[in-house]
Amino acid sequence: MQFEESIKGWAQLADTTKDKKIMSIIAPPLNKASIAMRAILLILLALTIYFFASIDYQGVNVLKGLADTFNNFMTIFLHPYAHRFTLGEAFVNVMITLGLAFLSTLIGGVIALFLGLLAAQNLAPKQVTNLIKGFVAFIRAVPTILWVLIFAVAAGLGSAAAIIGLSFHSISYLTKAFSESFEDLDRSVIEALMASGANWWQIVFQAVIPSSLTYLLSWTFLRFEINFANAVAMGAAAGAGGIGFDLFMAGNFYFDLREVGVITYLIIGIAIVLEVVSTNIKGRLQKST
Amino acid sequence: MRDDIFTKRRNDNLRFFLVLIILTVGSIIITNYDVIKGFSSIAKALIWGGSNFYPDVKSLRILPEILPKLQETILMSIAATTVASVFALFLSLAGSKTTRLNRIFSIISRGIASLFRNIPLVAWAMVLMLAFSQSPLTGYLALFFASLGFLTRAFMETIDEVGNNSIEALQATGANYFHIIFQAVLPASMPQMISWLLFMIETNIRDATLVGVLTGTGIGFSFDLYYKRFDYHAASLVVVFIVITVIFIEFVSNNIRRVIL
Repeated sequence: MQFEESIKGWAQLADTTKDKKIMSIIAPPLNKASIAMRAILLILLALTIYFFASIDYQGVNVLKGLADTFNNFMTIFLHPYAHRFTLGEAFVNVMITLGLAFLSTLIGGVIALFLGLLAAQNLAPKQVTNLIKGFVAFIRAVPTILWVLIFAVAAGLGSAAAIIGLSFHSISYLTKAFSESFEDLDRSVIEALMASGANWWQIVFQAVIPSSLTYLLSWTFLRFEINFANAVAMGAAAGAGGIGFDLFMAGNFYFDLREVGVITYLIIGIAIVLEVVSTNIKGRLQKST
Repeated sequence: MRDDIFTKRRNDNLRFFLVLIILTVGSIIITNYDVIKGFSSIAKALIWGGSNFYPDVKSLRILPEILPKLQETILMSIAATTVASVFALFLSLAGSKTTRLNRIFSIISRGIASLFRNIPLVAWAMVLMLAFSQSPLTGYLALFFASLGFLTRAFMETIDEVGNNSIEALQATGANYFHIIFQAVLPASMPQMISWLLFMIETNIRDATLVGVLTGTGIGFSFDLYYKRFDYHAASLVVVFIVITVIFIEFVSNNIRRVIL
């Protein structure tokens, strides 16, 4: 009770300072939003407890398992050693995984650019945007691994199925992101161009795309990061090759934790490089606009 | 002067597309990607899917098998996210620039978050499987560790966004650390954090499928089983259920977001 009263006092304080952001964030106690939040947390807690009560532990000793896992990770990180492949071969496989991620991001990005234009409410009729938004929501609902496996039936296991499957998810993700950046564009710009007699393509290429280029590029690079992680997973689960397949063989066939260590270090290294590059690109783009 | 701007812009564009083309060709060569086969396989997959990949009446017999698995997978995703968010809350409070106790804790918790986020889900799944074999705990823990890394980063950014103003104001009134956390930081960042939590549950249900394929648990294993038996009608029924689940959860969490944000 004391807790809620103090929030109330706090809201008044915010009121007097006229700080709009704080005012909107700190709501009075027990309004609709805070009841909803409490209800959600309680429901999630109840479901979590139910999960732990209902699962079949299959006689696994949890503490022993956690201790074993900790020891395994110690082996992975402290004694990495590979004898089935050289570092050069591992590097080539990392490049293959990066290539898979790049191609699927490129295909996804190009198609998403057009779908994004058609899905933006200020650029296309409402029926078209709804149709496309529904279509990409459906694509997103199917997990990537299932897309890859479904395409693998038609194209055979390998890079073709992986790239097409990964592109599908990229299309869906980027279409949503792109169309939202397009919708942020000021309506008056489009109206001004329309009044001057510009056609749809001219509006798109002279106003819409140049003004949202920053967002498009940073979303695309973010997707590239995600696709790298996905490409590792597809290599392991769908035989798409690359470093993910090596990881799968080392972990599931040879049970060679020290080899898993080498591969994990490589993947973490690339992931951190990508994160740094993406932060830099974002910073530079924000400065230039 | 005008000419210069246009030539510069054209050269920039040319350079950008040149780099793009080189990277594309390089990627095509190194991945052995057959471009024509890749695109023609889309049409082939659609034709094949239309004629084989749909649930029929006979596949309904697997319902009693897959529904408990689906329930297990959903609960697993929710439990992993909820428990991870509790730990992530402590880590992010220790790691955020505005609420950290001291630099060393901050660096440690940021390091843990970055490490957990970047260890691939595949590696988590396989290492955990060595200790926990095919029990649901394998999938649960794999999702838990991956969520912990992601949520810590998301929570940290949320706390940073809430900003210093409110914290400084409370400090000026002489509030101690716990007062500041419970009266200012948590109430202000709670809606955004719950939004991240819901996003993580959605992501985890999709990832649970991948972990399931790799470790032989949950709904992912059911799909893999029917897929490898060439029982595509049954496999497609599994896909239909996953799609319904994900879209339903997206719908619910969008509605929740509308209320709380």
